[in-house]
Amino acid sequence: MTDKSTVIGVDVGGTFTDLFFLDESTGAIDVVKVPSTRGREADGFLDGLSRNNTKLAEVGTIVHGTTVGTNALLERKGAKCGLITSEGFRDVLEMRRRDRPATWGLRGEYTPVIPRDMRMEVPERILADGTIDTPLDHDALRAAAQTLLDQGAEAVVVAFVNAYANTAHEEEALKVLAEIWPNEHLTAATRLLPEIREFERTSTAALNGYLQPVVASYLDRLNTRLGEEGFGGDLLIVQSNGGVMTVDTARQLPVRTALSGPAAGVIASAEIAAAAGFENVITCDMGGTSFDVSLIAGGETHLAAQTSIDFGMVVRSPMIEISTIGAGGGSIAWVDDAGILQIGPESAGSIPGPVAYGQGNDRPTVTDANVVLGRINADRPIGGKLDRLDVEAAKAAILKHVGEPLGLDAIEAAAAILKVANARLAGALRLVSIERGYDPRDFSALPFGGGGALHAGALIGEVGLKSALVPRYPGVASALGCVIADMRHDQVRTVNGILGALDTDALAAQARAIGDEGLALLGDGGISFTGRDLLVELDMSYLGQTHTVAVPVALDALSDRDQIKAAFEATYDTAFGSHLENVAIRVLNLRVSAIGRRPKFDLRVLAPTTDTKPEDAIASRRQMYADGGWHDTPVYDRLALAVGSVVAGPAILEQLDTTIIVELGQTARVDDFGNIVLAAD
Amino acid sequence: MSDMDPITLAVLKGRLEQIADEMDATLFRSAFNPIIAEAHDASHGLYHAETGETLIQGKSGLPIFVGAMAYATKAVIDKAREDGNLSDGDVYIFNDPYDGGTHLSDFKLIRPYFRDGELFCWIASVGHWHDVGGNVPGNYNPVATESFQEGMLIPPVKLYSGGKLNPDIVTILSANSRLPRSVYGDMNGQVNALQLGIRRLDALLDEYSGPTVQQALTTLRDRGAVLMRARIAGLPDGTWSATDYLDNDGITDEQMQITLKVTVKDEELTLDFTGTSAQCMGPLNISRSTAEAACYVALKHVFPDVPANGGVLEPVQIDLPEESLLCAKAPRPVGGYTETILRLIDVVFQCFAQATPEIAPAPAYGTINALSISGHNPGGQRWVMFSFFGGGHGGHSDGDGLNHGNAPISTATIPPLEILESAYPVKFTQWALRPNSGGEGEYRGGLGAIYEIELLADDAQAFLFGERGRTPPPGVNGGGAALRNRFTFPDGQGGWAEPPMTSKMTGLKLTKGQRVRLETPGGGGWGDPGKRAPALTEQDQRLGYVETKDKA
Repeated sequence: MTDKSTVIGVDVGGTFTDLFFLDESTGAIDVVKVPSTRGREADGFLDGLSRNNTKLAEVGTIVHGTTVGTNALLERKGAKCGLITSEGFRDVLEMRRRDRPATWGLRGEYTPVIPRDMRMEVPERILADGTIDTPLDHDALRAAAQTLLDQGAEAVVVAFVNAYANTAHEEEALKVLAEIWPNEHLTAATRLLPEIREFERTSTAALNGYLQPVVASYLDRLNTRLGEEGFGGDLLIVQSNGGVMTVDTARQLPVRTALSGPAAGVIASAEIAAAAGFENVITCDMGGTSFDVSLIAGGETHLAAQTSIDFGMVVRSPMIEISTIGAGGGSIAWVDDAGILQIGPESAGSIPGPVAYGQGNDRPTVTDANVVLGRINADRPIGGKLDRLDVEAAKAAILKHVGEPLGLDAIEAAAAILKVANARLAGALRLVSIERGYDPRDFSALPFGGGGALHAGALIGEVGLKSALVPRYPGVASALGCVIADMRHDQVRTVNGILGALDTDALAAQARAIGDEGLALLGDGGISFTGRDLLVELDMSYLGQTHTVAVPVALDALSDRDQIKAAFEATYDTAFGSHLENVAIRVLNLRVSAIGRRPKFDLRVLAPTTDTKPEDAIASRRQMYADGGWHDTPVYDRLALAVGSVVAGPAILEQLDTTIIVELGQTARVDDFGNIVLAAD
Repeated sequence: MSDMDPITLAVLKGRLEQIADEMDATLFRSAFNPIIAEAHDASHGLYHAETGETLIQGKSGLPIFVGAMAYATKAVIDKAREDGNLSDGDVYIFNDPYDGGTHLSDFKLIRPYFRDGELFCWIASVGHWHDVGGNVPGNYNPVATESFQEGMLIPPVKLYSGGKLNPDIVTILSANSRLPRSVYGDMNGQVNALQLGIRRLDALLDEYSGPTVQQALTTLRDRGAVLMRARIAGLPDGTWSATDYLDNDGITDEQMQITLKVTVKDEELTLDFTGTSAQCMGPLNISRSTAEAACYVALKHVFPDVPANGGVLEPVQIDLPEESLLCAKAPRPVGGYTETILRLIDVVFQCFAQATPEIAPAPAYGTINALSISGHNPGGQRWVMFSFFGGGHGGHSDGDGLNHGNAPISTATIPPLEILESAYPVKFTQWALRPNSGGEGEYRGGLGAIYEIELLADDAQAFLFGERGRTPPPGVNGGGAALRNRFTFPDGQGGWAEPPMTSKMTGLKLTKGQRVRLETPGGGGWGDPGKRAPALTEQDQRLGYVETKDKA
């Protein structure tokens, strides 16, 4: 084949590297899961590619979700980076917004990614209205850069006060620095984020500079290796906003990959849900230490304006909004001194992991409760490192740490752990929907990753969800999302004006100009799109409020004040129940997203082609505890179930990397796409 | 202890806390003034139907309200009994600090929650309004001698009767504020938060039944007491005391003191404030309810895992001398309550540090530094830039104190200087860490900050309400003191002057191009500086956290 019709999605996570192969001409697919190679991520990447017979020369596009940037941030393994600021403001980065890590206890410290001796000040000042108060001192700038180089800086970031109102000095600084800086790792904060709020902008830029050398060298290595294997197509990188970008853009803006992998999973979920006819879903990804949920309402994913990777590590860049609570499979169950059963936040993680793994942890986890209650198959542990799970050890730990303090036997205690864990997961689902003004009863759960499907059935009852939709390959959802994701570039400009006095024609012209820049970034060759769109949002509030709401406005409506006002009031109503009259309205920021729609494929190719009867898909039976008693429960080979199969609970559906529990009083049905739809009878 | 099914108890605990958290989130997102929206100077919770005791409190609200709101609810309970006409849909509103704690800026909206015709509990919302009248915009009046000079005082009155708004109340409130739009917006936000709480409670009680939820609330309270007793029992028996100081009361430049004797006996704890100065002329007084709330805040910093409910104070006896600084009577001014409760928390830390050094951090920077700059724009409209400023946290047994943190009584963030510069005619000329400001120790105190602000308009006035201008935050367990607070302005002869009361200033006239400079304290040091790891000492020098000593 020479038409390069194969697309490959590759998600490199902390534990596994997942790959999804799609031949667009034949509709043939394949999924591959290999262990990740931490620190040498390209090795696992190439290893995964080799597990499929596709010749790389025949591959048109590889789309990559990466945690290289995330890990470098979390483990503080970025580059030595310098920061140049306006005189008087080098400590903005370290002073944050005067917060603290925990409300109670007054403990905890903060170490900025750029230490104080790597932060230089230069004479320069722009006022809030954009006028130049003090010109940029070029000699001082050169001297500062030289000092940073002498101190070993590999990257440099420029962040000036009020530069959002006038970028002239930052642009000037980039020119001067380009003459003396020995590499390409230069970041001007307003190139990344021309938005008001100096700490958030500086922090985002600092993290970008900190990541540039690390991510660039990783992508270079990867590109070289792929080239050596004959790959001549496009390599694209998934951003935190769920869109993809070129390698060139990713090398310049690595901070946009901070939540790359999880974002791809949500994108895949949205597509799977839409195809299956589910408009409203909440995705749930249960890992070892955390439970991540994201809301998709009316088929649309929701973007958050910023997030903190860790205390004080603020990234302000649109990203798929993912809420996290500290309740994963490895979360430890314990009884506090007041006699109340608690789950987490402490976690046994994957090393040493749950008690049943036999790797040294003796405090019970949520996974241990699932093992003891027969919900997880002790004879076939997921992950493949162990032959068998130690049920007795898990039971003993549960009895000792939870049962005895609460006066319960081991089984009752295990059931209590699950009940309380499910209540916490339910709380997370409830909160993401309620916070955005929705009723959780209008939503279905969509678990992806390994652990979510174990709890999805229970969550239906706990939250009152309509149903749960379990994708055919939940364990490789992020890799699938890579294949599906559109190319996307989000841009922002601060407007900061009163709607009544705003020159809306100028606003519309500005939006078009920014939109054109974004469309240009999509590129004109190489990648094929089925369409190109511009989406416009205004961050708006009533005058006097400091929090804004993101108001979608059609590009054509931007020059019409009344239409903007109506759009704001409609958004405000959704968020807060009602809006106010006779209060001036402020427009803080203009956001324009340029989207290149990549070709979609028919998700029906994922559906099973077998016509196995459900009873023939029963692989074994085991005792499972549910609703206060043990049940002799059939265990189905999930992938063997044909389209249209119906399985009544209690039942267990197993596949390589996921276990789905059909609770009592629930039914599982295989839909046309091979998804399992769980619902109460 | 009631024997409630442990599983339902754990589940209901989470559900109830979520209701309070959602009320917090609703107000933070819809508030009009940055003190609520950005600084989270607000709180929500559920309170006992009969006693007003805290049952459940949101996790993201201002810590000091955790204790104070119980007193506020009790004040409403008393008023409702007196009125004798409490009905579903009533909402009381008030800001009387002598009954409800804290200061006039904090408006409490309190609403009964009925279930099957019976009063089940109270739901309350408190938020710091931007301006409530008085002599000084923003209400930090350093020279107030009566509460009448600090703002309007509203006793508990019905904003809503049976679900119907009383518009006269809104008219009165609006007429008494310099920023009526902000008052209206924040009040609406609080009403919406209460309404949300009612809806969530309805749903929860439908699901679990009133008696079950009531039993859970009682059990959680009792468990709070059990946990606190366990924590007290973990301390050695004994008595420890400490005294710390306030600069002055803003009227007379005389030092005042807070003296505390902590006694631990088995599972009981006594906090005895005998020896504390008498109530003062200026606004540094606090009422009994505020003092008890501050004790709770201090204890929760020492024992972060105790819950936010009334049971926690059961094994704690608090002795407050009548008509002292900590038990003032109306109309003694209380507008500067933050400074006094911060000092109260400092003495609690200093006592616990003697009992068990690992348990308590050294005192933090210890002043809220409420600085406002105010003028009129060319159109004649008033502008008020008002903010609290940060400082260092104390060193602790796990490490150095946090640089530029928020006050122990608050989770407030500071507004971006770009937002301030875009809204007001000022230019910050410095926004920086203050070298040497953390007390030395095995673990150093965190650094305070330097903020220097230049006026761009023709003229304006500055007001400052701060403390620690004379006595810096001390260290504990052998650690050193931090640098003191320092506020300076042009002396008219090319130099800098400090206010006569050091950290309190009212009506300071500024003209275009003039600057004011605020240098805030760091935190106290923890442990013997001689034991500090050489690598940390070297790092302090390299990063400039510690420079060749200057004399501040």
